[in-house]
Amino acid sequence: MYASRVRAALRGWGGVGAMAVLCALALGFVLLLPCTQRAPQRAQPGGPSVAHGIQARAGSCEDSGAQDQTLSPSGADGPTIDAIKARTGERRKLIVGVDQNSYRWGYRNPNTEGAELEGFDIDLVHRIAQDILGDPDAVQFKAIPTNQRISAIQDGRVDMVVRTMTITCERLGQVAFSAPYFKTGQQVLAPKSSSITGYNSSLAHKRVCTASGSTAYTKLTDDRKSGALPASTDISATVPNQLDCLVRLQLGEADAVVTDGALAASQAAQDPTVELKGAPFTTEYYGVAMKKDAVDLVRRVNRVLVDYRANGWQNSYDTWLSATLGKDSTASKPPAPRYLRTG
Amino acid sequence: MPAAAPGVPPQPGRPASVPDAPARRTAFAEGVDRVRAAATTEPGRLRIIGAVLALLVVAFGASAAWQADARSAAAHDVLHRSQPLSSGAADIYRSLADANTAASSGFLAGGQETPQSRTRYENDISTAAKGLVTAAANAEPGSASEATIAKLNGLLPEYKGLVERARTYNRQGYPVGGAYLRYANEKMQQEMLPAAEDLYTTENARLDADYGDATPYPWLAIGLGVLALAGLGWAQHRTYRRTNRVLNHGLVAASAATTVALLWLVVGHAVARAELNGSYDHGIRSLTVLHDARIASLKARGNENLSLVARGADTLTVDGQQYDTYYYDFDKDMASLGKGLTRAAQLADDQGGSAPVKTAESNMAVWKQRHGAVRDDDENGNYQQALDKVIGAKGTTGECFDGVDTSLARAIDHEQGEFQRAATDGQDALTPLSAGAAVLALIGAAGAVAGIGRRLSEYR
Repeated sequence: MYASRVRAALRGWGGVGAMAVLCALALGFVLLLPCTQRAPQRAQPGGPSVAHGIQARAGSCEDSGAQDQTLSPSGADGPTIDAIKARTGERRKLIVGVDQNSYRWGYRNPNTEGAELEGFDIDLVHRIAQDILGDPDAVQFKAIPTNQRISAIQDGRVDMVVRTMTITCERLGQVAFSAPYFKTGQQVLAPKSSSITGYNSSLAHKRVCTASGSTAYTKLTDDRKSGALPASTDISATVPNQLDCLVRLQLGEADAVVTDGALAASQAAQDPTVELKGAPFTTEYYGVAMKKDAVDLVRRVNRVLVDYRANGWQNSYDTWLSATLGKDSTASKPPAPRYLRTG
Repeated sequence: MPAAAPGVPPQPGRPASVPDAPARRTAFAEGVDRVRAAATTEPGRLRIIGAVLALLVVAFGASAAWQADARSAAAHDVLHRSQPLSSGAADIYRSLADANTAASSGFLAGGQETPQSRTRYENDISTAAKGLVTAAANAEPGSASEATIAKLNGLLPEYKGLVERARTYNRQGYPVGGAYLRYANEKMQQEMLPAAEDLYTTENARLDADYGDATPYPWLAIGLGVLALAGLGWAQHRTYRRTNRVLNHGLVAASAATTVALLWLVVGHAVARAELNGSYDHGIRSLTVLHDARIASLKARGNENLSLVARGADTLTVDGQQYDTYYYDFDKDMASLGKGLTRAAQLADDQGGSAPVKTAESNMAVWKQRHGAVRDDDENGNYQQALDKVIGAKGTTGECFDGVDTSLARAIDHEQGEFQRAATDGQDALTPLSAGAAVLALIGAAGAVAGIGRRLSEYR
């Protein structure tokens, strides 16, 4: 009797109490941030800060800071990397989930011998394979549809996904991300001759195409509700894949497309009569996604990225993206990484 | 009718019983009275009997000619109108599905597209266009078919435009080409093929209706025939009783002509029915199943191609499980192909029909097996290997598909021949019946009149 009364009381106040504790921890964690930053490379595993870190992360992840929730770089092998290296013969390859339809990011060029995959994402994959297995071509690419990226990692069908994948808090609960390797944001794409000037009131009475279930669609729905977007904007046109929006746009079935700036640029690269309108109206970062417990692999990829940012990133940008995103890559450069995940 | 009895009877025997003194009455009532008066004398009775007999025989002949003609016309329609239109609609349906498949094969091959694949696509499109013209010429104004044909006519150039754009972008190496092809495919699968299927169903309904008009027994004519024979028999019996003469030449000739006409009518119809029903059971039913199976195999091939074009760009969730849309549809199409072939094998009633179906079945089994390997390659990122297994030079799923397709085409040809033969036989049994029944009935009527006239002359 007594015990059950206590339990009932706890049920009422326990949640509130726990929330208060979490808030306090989060606050403490935020205050501690400058200290952890000071020695980023040498963060010692273990110690009391670990407990703080984990609990605070669970309660305090905000999408604006999600890109920082990754592990510090390290070249040490661990169980995951050992398992990859243990593959023999034909199968000694890194298995990577990629896109095959994103022009300039990951796509099969039908006019190359063997219809090879190429693009910005693919360059990065080759670099990671070079680092782990010593051979840039030791990669087995798997085409993964957008909505299977997470399950493919969780089921172990791929070692990692390099597929214009935005780092979000929701996804951080399911997979681990590397440090960001590209900065982008939702952007509007429309014909050059269009009166649309960006993500603003010029979208009134226009038909906007988005991929079903995409970040863009959610954002448009929310903004239309809140009034940030004119209520007369027609957002009912949704398609299975963002690329289908370019088809609708060219056929005059839609007036504008909203998608990641990077992908919008890939669409603009295929049609010289359309262009990106206005600046990105959100900020997002692409990261390499891996299994949540593949600590050694995450650290290793982060180390590769440290090198890659210094040497390789700009080359790849110039090859694939400068034509549509501009010669100046500043807006796309990932920020200096902060390795705030500690466990 | 009794008013039509010949002549007013101011006859000897008795004076006319009705002096036309009383107040005026209707012409009909007067006529009835006259007939009643006539019926009281033997010559009067004979005249009436003769008239009724001649009328019965003529009515029998007319109804036999009319009903046989209607059935013969319906059988003619089955053979020369509704079946060709139904198979024309099936052709439209098939060539559209085939065009879609050829377009995706050509797309996959990219710059290396073979002239055959291009020709096949172009031929399919022009077959469909021609088929639509024929169908339009035969559609009733304002009918549902007409609306469907108009819709297809509008969609066809739209579809072709999308495919050409897809081709162009693909040659330039832009992935949006694949998106165009998927859009073209969506148009085909979701709007054009269902419309073509509607047309096919409507034409089949018309075919069924024509069969329904061609096969029932002409009960009215048969009933009148029996009645006429009974009347003739009774008249002869009556003559025999009154005169002790066994044979009245006229009446005997009339009976013979009527009997022959009646027998011909019944036997001719029985034969025609048997042939027409046979043409339906062994021809039309098999044809429908085979057409459906062929379209299932075309759709399966199209989806197999498109899964490689889409490269995972399009997925769907069924019961919480995620599938590549095109692989999912492929599995569905293969299942209906399998079912269709099983059913076709059951329906095939001779070696010529069942052999190609068996070949198709074995090709399908190999296809499924090879497709499994394609899917493994595709999922493991060996795109080029997967592609080679689909449209490559040897050991491809394309070979299996071609095997299924040509076998089914052969089976369809065979069943079409079966249908043609049986339906022609059926129609042939009906065609002379109409004129024959008319002539025989005239002879019969003349015989009846002559026979009764002979007796009548004895009273002069």
